[in-house]
Amino acid sequence: MSEKKTLPTTVALGVARGGLEIRQFMRQRESVVFTLAFPIILLAIFGSVFKTTLAEGVTFSRYFVAGMIASGLVNTGFQQLAIIIPMEREFGSLKRLRGTPMHVASYFIGKSILVFVSMAIQVVLLLAAGIIFFGVNLPTDPYKWLTFTWLIILGSAASTALGIAFAAVPKSGRGASAVVSPVVIVLQFFSGVFFVFTDLPGWMQQVAALFPLKWMTQGMRSVFLPDSFAAREVAGTWETQRTFLILLAWLIAGIFLAIRTFKWSRD
Amino acid sequence: MNVIEVQGLCKSYADTKAVDGVDLSISQGEIFALLGPNGAGKTTTVEILEGFRSADSGLISVLGFDPSQRGAGARIWRNRIGIVLQSTSDAGDLTVHETLSHFSKYYSAPRDVEEVIASVGLDEKRSALIRTLSGGQRRRLDVGLGIIGSPELLFLDEPTTGFDPEARRAFWALIQSLRKGGTTILLTTHYLDEAEALADRVAVITHGKILEVSTPSQLGGRASAKARVQWKADGVLREEMTDNPTEVVKKLAAQFPGEVPELQVLRPSLEDVYLSMIGEK
Repeated sequence: MSEKKTLPTTVALGVARGGLEIRQFMRQRESVVFTLAFPIILLAIFGSVFKTTLAEGVTFSRYFVAGMIASGLVNTGFQQLAIIIPMEREFGSLKRLRGTPMHVASYFIGKSILVFVSMAIQVVLLLAAGIIFFGVNLPTDPYKWLTFTWLIILGSAASTALGIAFAAVPKSGRGASAVVSPVVIVLQFFSGVFFVFTDLPGWMQQVAALFPLKWMTQGMRSVFLPDSFAAREVAGTWETQRTFLILLAWLIAGIFLAIRTFKWSRD
Repeated sequence: MNVIEVQGLCKSYADTKAVDGVDLSISQGEIFALLGPNGAGKTTTVEILEGFRSADSGLISVLGFDPSQRGAGARIWRNRIGIVLQSTSDAGDLTVHETLSHFSKYYSAPRDVEEVIASVGLDEKRSALIRTLSGGQRRRLDVGLGIIGSPELLFLDEPTTGFDPEARRAFWALIQSLRKGGTTILLTTHYLDEAEALADRVAVITHGKILEVSTPSQLGGRASAKARVQWKADGVLREEMTDNPTEVVKKLAAQFPGEVPELQVLRPSLEDVYLSMIGEK
């Protein structure tokens, strides 16, 4: 019975799980609508309603597109995982996986692939809508593309780790979205997605500065808005290095929390 | 060496003793059924053996391995066992074939996916999404997932709940064919006919303690119990408890000119014995 064949590697199984996760994602109408279409709808509404000009060459729509791309990192990572994982736990799918020789790391790799792919689709859709309808220009400076790349990688990695960690909070699978979505929406209001950040009350700005979304939106503005706009930020600069360090700190904290709090079943 | 060897297993939750000194020895190729009412400690015992829970005390060896251990050894151990949990209800956006072929990748020497689909009777549903399956079909998929890794030891927790009688018979045949292949099976069930049809030995557990371990035909002194001979005379149902039912039937045959009206010779069923053991009768 026990043949001496070796078990598949953790990475190979992680990639196989990633493929499966994406297939499931694409078959769920809710996930396709809420994760992919909803941000575009929001963009269309806000971008059409608020037509003010914030500064030379910066309309509110362009400011908003940068914020929505940053939000995309939170939606596809944190929000998606903190809702899906409690459901998988409640329905017993996690317990079933626990009973197989698959390593937990393969499960996490699969989820990261899911987040990365859904994030990439969302960012491309938002950028396309921004370019076509709201006059967003793609940066020409390679340094800005570098910033964009690390923002995407670091931002979605932190978002993924924090989503797995936060998945320990909802008491039930059905209730998960009621616990998670308000957190995300409040953060979006506080972090300069729906309003210009510097127009918010001081206390709101200070609260937002503790969380990663504020830094992601600021980072995305540094990529998609002209450098002259940096003077309108809180510090008067883009604070690129600080953004990098804060997101890195959140990633490390997220990984630590995710490993500590992850549970295969409720009891 | 026994496939499962347990000595003095204990597990408490808060102030209740869920499992209170359980001993078990299950040998290779055996189908062993664990019977008991809800809350008797069946599921806790099985989940400790599956490595889902840790014991408070006791010696536990499953395929020579302590299930509470983690690390690389645990993966190799899980590669050798199959688990069919009590209930799973995934979102079900994958097909039967996709799910089985994905799970087959987890193991070093999986069974052929098509063969497993056929053996659990889901040929016609191989391309159906799981969420379109009936309860019984989902359960058969659960069993398919339990055996896809060609396990040496299979845990079945109430596998046929929600099956119609025909599906249950088909499932029994599947389990018997696994036994022929040398698989050891630990079964928990509510259905005594299922235990009687499948199990080589049964254990009755209540209040976290094992009352008796025996073959289904000998449990609770069933084989040596008095037989009840029943017949009708003058329109009244009569009966006699006896150690020698053949003698009684001969005597009756002599009394009546032809057929003895409504003649029956009854032995206690496994259910009768079980219910009296757990104090329900």
